Amino acid sequence: MAKSLSPLEVYNLLPKTNCGKCGEKNCLSFATRLVNLEVEVERCTPLVEEAQYKENYVKLKNLLKPPVKEVLIVRGDRVVRIGGEYVMYRHELTYRRPTAIAIDVSDDMSRELIAERVKQVEEFGYPYIGKQLKLDLIAVRSVTGDPARFSEVVKTVLDNTSLPLVLCSLDPEVLKAGLAEMSGDKPLLYAATKDNWRRMAELALAYDCPLVVSAPNDPTMLKSLVKTMLECGLEDLVLDPGTMGGEGLPDTLVNFTMIRKAVFRAGDELLGFPLLGAPIAVWLGGGRALDKKWEECYLAGMLIVRYADILIMHSLDGWVLLPLVMLRDNIYTDPRKPVSVEPGLYKIGQPDETSPVMFTTNFALTYYTVSSDIQSAKIDSYLLVVDTEGLSVESAVAGRKLTADRVAEALKESGVEKLVKHRYLIIPGRASRLSGEIEEATGWTVLVGPLDSSGIPKFLDEKWYKPKLWEGGAQPK
Amino acid sequence: MSGEKRGSKTRRSLEAIIADALNQLFKNLEDAEIELEGVEIEADELELEPIMQAIVSQIPKPVEVAKPAVKPLPERLLEAEFTPPVTEYPGSIVEVKIGATKSEGGTRSKTVVLGGETVPAFYTFEGLNPNPPVVSLDVFDTRIPLARAVRMEVKDVLDDPAEWAKKAVHKFGAEVVNLHLVSIDPLLKDTPPSEAAKTVENVLQAVDVPICVGGCGDPLKDLKVFEKVCEVAEGERILINSVTLDMDFKKVAEAVKRHGHAVIAFTSMSMDDARELNRKLYEVLPKEDIVIDTTTAALGYGLDYAFTIMERTRLAALMGDTELQHPISSGTTNAWAAREAWMKLDESKWGPRELRGPIWEVVTALTLLLAGVDYFMMMHPLAVKTVKQVIDRFTMGGVFDSEKYLNWVSSTF
Ligand code: SF4
Repeated sequence: MAKSLSPLEVYNLLPKTNCGKCGEKNCLSFATRLVNLEVEVERCTPLVEEAQYKENYVKLKNLLKPPVKEVLIVRGDRVVRIGGEYVMYRHELTYRRPTAIAIDVSDDMSRELIAERVKQVEEFGYPYIGKQLKLDLIAVRSVTGDPARFSEVVKTVLDNTSLPLVLCSLDPEVLKAGLAEMSGDKPLLYAATKDNWRRMAELALAYDCPLVVSAPNDPTMLKSLVKTMLECGLEDLVLDPGTMGGEGLPDTLVNFTMIRKAVFRAGDELLGFPLLGAPIAVWLGGGRALDKKWEECYLAGMLIVRYADILIMHSLDGWVLLPLVMLRDNIYTDPRKPVSVEPGLYKIGQPDETSPVMFTTNFALTYYTVSSDIQSAKIDSYLLVVDTEGLSVESAVAGRKLTADRVAEALKESGVEKLVKHRYLIIPGRASRLSGEIEEATGWTVLVGPLDSSGIPKFLDEKWYKPKLWEGGAQPK
Repeated sequence: MSGEKRGSKTRRSLEAIIADALNQLFKNLEDAEIELEGVEIEADELELEPIMQAIVSQIPKPVEVAKPAVKPLPERLLEAEFTPPVTEYPGSIVEVKIGATKSEGGTRSKTVVLGGETVPAFYTFEGLNPNPPVVSLDVFDTRIPLARAVRMEVKDVLDDPAEWAKKAVHKFGAEVVNLHLVSIDPLLKDTPPSEAAKTVENVLQAVDVPICVGGCGDPLKDLKVFEKVCEVAEGERILINSVTLDMDFKKVAEAVKRHGHAVIAFTSMSMDDARELNRKLYEVLPKEDIVIDTTTAALGYGLDYAFTIMERTRLAALMGDTELQHPISSGTTNAWAAREAWMKLDESKWGPRELRGPIWEVVTALTLLLAGVDYFMMMHPLAVKTVKQVIDRFTMGGVFDSEKYLNWVSSTF
């Protein structure tokens, strides 16, 4: 486990020439970054390229091997990496490969429906802290059991997206028909069970693809399947301990937890593979679609928290998927990274001496949300970021990290006094309690802004630009 | 035979030579050639044939070079054993009781017990925790900005905390009512302590479940109000929400103790602060009177920190950190601070906010449930229902239908 590795242990296997090719000052600092999982070993090119270091390279690779194997699902140049985890709890270091989300299409769907679903998956995107939250894979299911139909549907999917695939059928003949359409790629094959494992193993070997082994609610059988597959020469395995909502929910979560714990606390190597969750299973049996979506969503959420590395889902609704991609992002964020931005005065657009002055806190998410709202409305302004020790406005007010004195101090230090000729300060709506105290401490007139920064454009229009506040000293309403 | 010794000696060196040659061979398959130079072999003493056969069989045929050597697959499944990985936890969480029945000096017909864990949340393979987490609903003593989806559900009771509390209990299934005395805020209505205490009495009369009473966040005003509230609610064992490091915590603790209540110790996402505040409270209160709240942030807006602080706090407590062995409370309602929960977004893409809001609260709650939260303060009835259902599932156990599960692969949805 990387967290128990000492940099010295790693350093001893490096070339120790301090040549700097890795971009670090010396081998020791490269070793430190390696132990912290901040860089890949391959950045030390001499180690990889020079024959004299070959043995050490292999040793180092072994030393740095994650207890949960990393498995690659490949389509052309698009690669989805799952697993590769070094710790059980995120605070022990960080999680690494965010839970991949696959959305299903099945071979009983019409060509149009398949194309439509695939397009929706491909186009799914939600902007969040400077990035896009996306979906990762398409899972193709064989409902008809007909190999010819399956290959046709795989072809339709391939024509409509460049996303990597999961091919799902318990019949190896069906999977083979799909694989025939995808030469050179490595889709994830679902699944080998206690009944079909031998033919699935042959197929995975022949096509060199990662393979899911499935043993619903039976970790012993799961291990037995893994052991057998390893004996067959397969190494890229994914484990499916079974997923069920309703009555099966407790066992589902307990299985995921036990398996991950066995890897990290009991050193169980046979279970050191990515875990697959199938919230899609809630769709079995009758019931209202709305209820199914609801259940699929929260079950998937719990599995993201409890160690799933890949999820197969059926719902395509934005309200189901949005909380999940955000949760995944949160859980897989490196907890060691700072959560705050530098306090100080930020110019947005081309502010002049008549531009509004607003303030917010230095919690990264608050800052990004506010500044992107102002930016996208193209408002030239000054945004003062007050140091609240990385807390949001609401928490900072409650926790007394945002006080009138702090605001006054930040305002003074920023020098914005010299940049604008007015003395109006727009404060966040969630800090409205402090408005009187801020006026007192700063001597500026306070305008209480909206509760959410999405309301800033409308607010400014009504309270700033229309009354032309800054020109004639008109009083705020 | 005289040759036996010599022969075996020769064979050893021959094997070494063959090994070298093999190495050579695998390095350079194209001009593979075995050279056994300078070795005198007495053929009759050596069984060269099987060795050579073995060598030949190990030489991959050119066509198969790209693929790994195919070995026969095992005929049957190899056996393996699995033992659940069980940890012995030296620590456990104290139990904090909220509410008091007639025989206990109060007037509640139900009480709840928070905490008592001996293993992490839902590690049922390690042990069973005694008390299921409790879900409470928020009630405010004055109008505050509420998300539309929530307002719709309570719009008929917004101006009457007692009626609101009844609805929360009878219609929405609140196990505890969370009364927030927001109006006492000097910057809002500045409601005097006596009037606030009256509201508390009204709510106590309206419902028979335990109640939790929150302030406005102003350290001075909260203290005054809490003192009065503790007094009028004597015997009911209410939960005071909350005491913080920057208020006169000693005075609050004394009022809580004097009148037999319990208190939430609130800190903002710092285990050190949580320990410090607890240490100070221990000077006045027994551990059994303290619940902790390490701050809840919304999904997408800091939930990761909230989750990790809670998970770490709980694990540390179980591993023996005596200053953190308290039930954890979560202001899950904060989930509604996320704009994705309440804002109108392109509906064709992100669905109606009437669904987005409650599911946001659900996902926030369940994430923290897995971190170890014992007491949820929630708002939307749909979210409350789901979270209670999940907790019930774990409490009652259930059957995983392993025959049925794999049908998902080939079913029409
Ligand atoms: S590239 Fe390798 S040898 Fe050179 S300084 Fe970095 S770690 Fe050392």
